[in-house]
Amino acid sequence: MTGTSGMAFPILSLMLLVPLVGAVACLMVGREAARAIALATTFVDLALGAVLWASYDLGGAQWQFQERAAIFAGFEWKLGIDGIALLLIALTVFLMPICIGASWNAIEKRAGEYYANFLLMETLMIGVFSAQDLFLFYIMFEAGLIPMYLIIGIWGGADRIYASYKFFLYTLLGSVLMLIAMMWMVNEAGTTDIPTLMAYSFAPSAQTWLWLAFFASFAVKMPMWPVHTWLPDAHVQAPTAGSVILAGVLLKMGGYGFIRFSLPMFPEASAQFAPLVWGLSMAAVVITSLIALVQHDMKKLIAYSSVAHMAIVTVGLFAFNRQGLEGSMLIMLSHGLVAGALFLAVGVIYDRLHTREIDRYGGLAINMPAYALFFMLFTMASVGLPGTSGFVGEFLSLMGIYAQSSWVALVCTTGIILGAAYMLYLYRHVVFGVQKHEDTAAMPDLDGREWAMMIPLAVAVLWMGVYPETFLAPMRRDIAALDARLAQARPKGDADLRLAAVPPAAAEPGHGAGHGAGHGEANEAGHEQGSAH
Amino acid sequence: MDILRSMVITGAEEVLSVAGLILLLAAAWGGDKASRAISIAAVAVLTVCAVLTVPALTSGAMGAETSAWNGQFKGDAFAAFAKLLIYVGAAVTLIVAPAFFERSKAMRAEFPLLILFASMGMGMMVSATDMLSLYIGLELNSLAAYVLASFLRADERSAEAGLKYFVLGSLASGILLYGVSLTYGFMGSTSFEGIRAAMSGPLSMGTTFGIVFVLAGLAFKISAAPFHMWTPDVYEGAPTPVTTFFAIAPKVAALALLMRVSLDAFGAQPGAWQQIVIFVALLSIVIGALGAIGQDNIKRLMAYSSINNVGFMLIGLACTNQAGAAAMLVYLAIYVAMSVAGFVAVLMLRDEEGAPVESIAAMAGLSKTRPWLALALAMVMFSLAGIPPLFGFWGKFLVFQAAVQADLLALAAIGIAASVIGAFYYIKVVKVMYFDEAADVVRGKSDAAQRVLLVASTVAISPLGYLLTKALGVLAGNAAAALFHFA
Repeated sequence: MTGTSGMAFPILSLMLLVPLVGAVACLMVGREAARAIALATTFVDLALGAVLWASYDLGGAQWQFQERAAIFAGFEWKLGIDGIALLLIALTVFLMPICIGASWNAIEKRAGEYYANFLLMETLMIGVFSAQDLFLFYIMFEAGLIPMYLIIGIWGGADRIYASYKFFLYTLLGSVLMLIAMMWMVNEAGTTDIPTLMAYSFAPSAQTWLWLAFFASFAVKMPMWPVHTWLPDAHVQAPTAGSVILAGVLLKMGGYGFIRFSLPMFPEASAQFAPLVWGLSMAAVVITSLIALVQHDMKKLIAYSSVAHMAIVTVGLFAFNRQGLEGSMLIMLSHGLVAGALFLAVGVIYDRLHTREIDRYGGLAINMPAYALFFMLFTMASVGLPGTSGFVGEFLSLMGIYAQSSWVALVCTTGIILGAAYMLYLYRHVVFGVQKHEDTAAMPDLDGREWAMMIPLAVAVLWMGVYPETFLAPMRRDIAALDARLAQARPKGDADLRLAAVPPAAAEPGHGAGHGAGHGEANEAGHEQGSAH
Repeated sequence: MDILRSMVITGAEEVLSVAGLILLLAAAWGGDKASRAISIAAVAVLTVCAVLTVPALTSGAMGAETSAWNGQFKGDAFAAFAKLLIYVGAAVTLIVAPAFFERSKAMRAEFPLLILFASMGMGMMVSATDMLSLYIGLELNSLAAYVLASFLRADERSAEAGLKYFVLGSLASGILLYGVSLTYGFMGSTSFEGIRAAMSGPLSMGTTFGIVFVLAGLAFKISAAPFHMWTPDVYEGAPTPVTTFFAIAPKVAALALLMRVSLDAFGAQPGAWQQIVIFVALLSIVIGALGAIGQDNIKRLMAYSSINNVGFMLIGLACTNQAGAAAMLVYLAIYVAMSVAGFVAVLMLRDEEGAPVESIAAMAGLSKTRPWLALALAMVMFSLAGIPPLFGFWGKFLVFQAAVQADLLALAAIGIAASVIGAFYYIKVVKVMYFDEAADVVRGKSDAAQRVLLVASTVAISPLGYLLTKALGVLAGNAAAALFHFA
């Protein structure tokens, strides 16, 4: 459990430090210098992230790149990642330069503070995903409120103050109860070490309360219906890059919380509350999709679609099987890219016309063909067209939940249909049709900077759609370990699937040793075992 | 020999009183012109006292060998911890005051002396192990404080603050004294040791009344709800340096006193007062949070914030154990740093003529006109709200952790949920400074001393503060151990 991949170099700390230093530097200089510093800093972190992925040992220990320094009382500076964290860190460092690019010309006032806040966000997000100490995680998790509050409040649109308050207070209330639960857990288990806690068995009666406290926090962050109402407000008011980061990475903290804390630490309670999660998710899929259908504001539409997508994530997570878990992770990654790209696409035309009203656009395919092409790709990815990243995750998640409850699967699948409806509605009204307005018709196509932002996203979306193995490989064994941990609590499904008895994957030395044995349940012998070799 | 030993233990108090008397003579002859020199000398005296106090804290002095003057006074690590914070508060006040008062030509040589005598009284409060020495220390501090509150004699608000503080403060002292007399009547002793011994048996009705009166009197001194009404008025009316002083030193002293009285004198039966403390804690948190929402004066807001913070600290006391006391002391130290940063920043809010700016509306858009000052104030606000990664979070974290460990889960859950209400008005100040259009009222220059203090205290409450957690934990652990050492 404590093995490292042979790299004593503290790369995770460095990845935290680089944006922090950049943030301080940005505060001191003017606009031009600040954005250059910010871009350089995010590229350095992207490079470090690439090194991190390249040197991540797929067959190595479960927790790699571990660092620890006992410099605090009560908790430790302890970092380390598994495959799940690796992927989310990769997503973060991948999106950050694009966010800076999106702000390049759009942000004119107080640019230094703006980039400082973004870089601070990057530090905190990487910190959330790499923290191995419960309280260190909490500090990073909670600290993100401050920069996000400022980003929405200073650079947001007309109703920004209300949106920033709502965001701050909602998420704070959700989190403080989790803190009390964490204290209780640490008191009970006698350690703040996350890997140890993941293997600790709390009494089922206590799990109920702990699960609810964690749920209060993660459900708000996720966000799940009915505590999602801060999200559309925050999105509409946030600047483009703020929306990209919010949808791309911040929402993933909720999902990460479920997969890292709620499920492995409280498996019995998770099973007990699975119907609640399913119910809320079903409601979210249908209700928020219907709400999305009647939006006039492009960003609001995408924001509601995010809630619907996240609901499929929660359904997959609480399917208690490998397909569901892997599917949820893939949706999170895919949604990070696709929702980010869609907000970016909105930002591109918002920068030109300064309105997000769907009715103000139309016929963009004529004067902005390249834009129309990219927008099409991301729309299709959001709908879940096979060949794009959206398909893989949604398919796996729904397959996973079908093993548990065919009704939930049925209702959630309607979300895909509704998703197609609102996304195509959006696309048709913005890109196709006649050029109703002169100013819209005069908008120029993508410039070099916008191409540079769109291309990496498009490549990643297609890559994940065509060859998801790249993204499944790092997390496969962590998901398997989690699946084994959940096996004891898995509720009996109504579908009674009898999958072919594929033998479990080859021996996984040194991996998930702390999670006990217990592979080989019938429905966890997944579809993708063949590619594991 | 015993007298000599007692003299050594009370060294800091002796230095304070002798130096205070000498400086009093200097003030009498030197007049108000000498007030700056006397202020500097007073800071030097406080530094000497701090040096005299440090060894008791670092060595964790406790037990009978720290007891002086026939059990009236205890120079243990706990007292040392509180005294150091008190000296910090007094020194900060002395440093920022001259510039403030000189502008209105109101600086007088008595000011540093009053601070010194108040500090001596507070030193006695935190060291007292007898109801009588406790009361003398308390009154010595209070009398100086009444005068300080009304120090700007020409200013109506200041005079009102002084009068209000005096009337209500005397009432509270009376209540406390009545409680002490009841306790003495039913216990037959005024010493904490004697009360503790007498309380091991079943409680009589009279003793319970005595405890309630003593706690009510002390709740007034720490400005805990429902005895908080004087705080906003006094904080608003008193000259800002004096408000700084009130927010730090007397609060530390009264809280430390409350801890010693409840955990030592009444410590044999914590059940008799625990529910009172829980009630007062939750009420303070809620009233401190709700009361602040409508305020437009930053000093009134800080007053409600201090009520709110006292509520959180009392959660540590409600645990009635050593971990709770240690958590409370760490919180107290962080609270001092936050108050210094907050009030020094408020002192730096001046308009073009140099007149103090106190309205929150006038701080609109401060981040554009004075970005660093706004950043410091924003950090204070987030820190007071207990948002990580700022250091204010750590104090809240420790008291709630102590409460969870003591199985007071309901108290912890309600308390932390109520902290969200408080967050609302803290982020409102940030909103005014960062989101609103610039009012451009704050234009005054600040002096170097203020800037140094602000930078030092802001660094302390920044995430860098977490590097201090180990040292703070050890010192607070020493102090709490000394408090819980009963011979």
